[in-house]
Amino acid sequence: MNVEAATVVEMRGLVRRFGAVSAVRDVNIEIARGEIFGLVGPDGAGKTTIMRMLAGVLRPDAGQIRLMGVDVVAEPERAKPHLSYMPQRFGLYEDMTVAENIFFYATLFEVPARVRRERARGLLEGAGLQAFEGRRAGRLSGGMKQKLGLVCALIHTPRVLVLDEPTTGVDPVSRREFWGILYGLREEGVTIFLSTAYMDEAERCSRLALLNAGEIRYCDTPARLKRLLPGALLAVTTRDARAAHAALEGVPGVLGRLLMGDRVNVRVDDALLRTPALGARLAERGVRDAEIAPVEPGIEDVFVTLLGGAPERGAGGAE
Amino acid sequence: MFDRLRVMLMKELLELHRDPWAMFRLVVPLLLQLFAFGYAATFTVNHVATSVLDLDHSQESRGLISHFAATGRFDFVDFATSQADVTRDIDAGRATVAIVIHAGFARDLLNGRTGPLQVAVDGTNSNTALIALGYVGRIVARYQADRTGVTVPAAAAGASGVSVTLRERPWFNGGLEDRWFFIPGLIGTLTLIQVVSLTAFAVVREREVGTLEQIMVSPIRPIEFILGKAAPFFFIGLGEVLLITMVGEWWFHIPFLGSPLVMLLGASLFLLAALGLGLLLSTLSRTQQQAFALNFFIVNPFFILSGFAFPIAAMPAAMQWFTWINPLRYFLVVTRAVFLKGVGIAVLWPDLAVMGLLGAVLFGLSILRFRKSLD
Ligand SMILES: Nc1ncnc2c1ncn2[C@@H]1O[C@H](COP(=O)(O)OP(=O)(O)O)[C@@H](O)[C@H]1O
Ligand SMILES: [Mg+2]
Repeated sequence: MNVEAATVVEMRGLVRRFGAVSAVRDVNIEIARGEIFGLVGPDGAGKTTIMRMLAGVLRPDAGQIRLMGVDVVAEPERAKPHLSYMPQRFGLYEDMTVAENIFFYATLFEVPARVRRERARGLLEGAGLQAFEGRRAGRLSGGMKQKLGLVCALIHTPRVLVLDEPTTGVDPVSRREFWGILYGLREEGVTIFLSTAYMDEAERCSRLALLNAGEIRYCDTPARLKRLLPGALLAVTTRDARAAHAALEGVPGVLGRLLMGDRVNVRVDDALLRTPALGARLAERGVRDAEIAPVEPGIEDVFVTLLGGAPERGAGGAE
Repeated sequence: MFDRLRVMLMKELLELHRDPWAMFRLVVPLLLQLFAFGYAATFTVNHVATSVLDLDHSQESRGLISHFAATGRFDFVDFATSQADVTRDIDAGRATVAIVIHAGFARDLLNGRTGPLQVAVDGTNSNTALIALGYVGRIVARYQADRTGVTVPAAAAGASGVSVTLRERPWFNGGLEDRWFFIPGLIGTLTLIQVVSLTAFAVVREREVGTLEQIMVSPIRPIEFILGKAAPFFFIGLGEVLLITMVGEWWFHIPFLGSPLVMLLGASLFLLAALGLGLLLSTLSRTQQQAFALNFFIVNPFFILSGFAFPIAAMPAAMQWFTWINPLRYFLVVTRAVFLKGVGIAVLWPDLAVMGLLGAVLFGLSILRFRKSLD
């Protein structure tokens, strides 16, 4: 397969400053057709800024962006028909109904009147919104609003879909449905570029870029990112995970600890060597029911270890 | 192109239609201001609390006092007996005006000399006082006329009989019907305030809600967006012009001597400029607060430096220059002329042309400034 021809999005040496703040510094991203490419990073890392530049609504200070072969920086208007961008806060007209919102965006994107109805029906059905056509957008739940935003964004069948934290603040069921729609789109060859604060969603991406302070630190498939982790991961399961977390401070060979609700993920340099020492320390501090077992790292562990901090709202955890 | 423009229009009208308060917000403040100006903003003052000190006790002095009483403008709150009483009345705020007729008033008049009349006003309530002083001048003139059978202009009253000495500079209302002057002027003033803020807020709201970002990523052209945003407010503006005109006609009975078509043309050109101004403000503001502050700072000078209430000729030169780029200045000329003088395009074309030019420039600037970018 010709790799060059399959490249849909290409960003080279992107730089963007806001006054003294360097929001994006030297970012390079290449996305192939049909990928679901995830951008993960703490608040203020520069995710939104990158997406806005790709969508052609913000000019980079330096660097190139090509989308389906079009130079986005030089000719943003020529790139727009190929792309759909759903901002972090999708702008729906809350006083207009679901159908009216769709009609509005369809006309704005010059979807021919003949196909508009057909396509809207298909998308609404896919999103489970067909029963709400006549409802005002302002009266939809958060998850339904995001799905309506997606329907509006998809009405002109873009080849590239840019989604800025599309599921933030959306309930788990709606999130799963949302991802169902995204997988369906990928089947149709749509390329998806999204940012997320949920680690379970990051895990579903075909590739991930870990962004911090405007720089891409790591960029690879989730599986390969996990292999970057040094040492091994042990899960300490106990009724009092908090006490266990505190007890394990300063044990030789422990590289990091992460409290995960009912357990503590402990990164050690050598699992076989350190397991007995961990058990001894826990017993010494009165944590007696602890079970220690090796686990596969989740993307959150990768995040914490590689970036030295979890994204602020990264509550998802590995499924 | 026309599809997108149409759908923008449809969206604006739908939103307006669905907003239960829209009608209220459009009409009620307008009517409130109209009636406030129609009734309150007038140079006519009645029932001024007045203290009288008659030290002459003559038939002539009583005649002068009855002239004051007859107008209904002055309410006598005290017939004082000494200068000290009068001073106390003014100081205590019991009276706004004091009329003092000195001893020898009648003798002087009979001898052909000027009879001294002193009028004191409470300077703290300067507007009422100054207006009241204007009446004093006219009443004295009327008194003169009745006494001698010769009509004397108020301002010259002192020269031919009664001399009025005033503690404050006299000010004279030239005898215009104030309402006739104000209400046609309100058409432009109120519409400007409403249309500029409506337009500015409409765009800034989209920016705040996030729909603007969404529109920017679409292939829409700036001119389509701007026209789609502005057109509904153009018609709203025309509706407001019509409303004020009708209330002026039927409620306040302002004469309308000119042609409705000239009025329509003037209003359209003026609205073009007002919309352009609102759009320009919206491209300069990121948030509704900013738009609000900017609106306040921009619209107020336009209002003050327009000739609506303060004569342009009395302004310092720099401010007079500013009035040349103030669309309200021209529209005030047009409305007052159409209402009160009945003149047509033959006379008004320069004002109409300048308004059109200003509108085109403001509109053009806002289209140029509305780049499809968040920068
Ligand atoms: N319009 C702007 N003006 C000034 N600073 C901005 C603007 N947009 C973003 N920034 C700054 O750039 C940095 C990156 O922001 P953003 O791209 O929104 O991050 P993220 O989406 O990852 O949370 C932050 O420090 C933010 O404060
Ligand atoms: Mg963001």
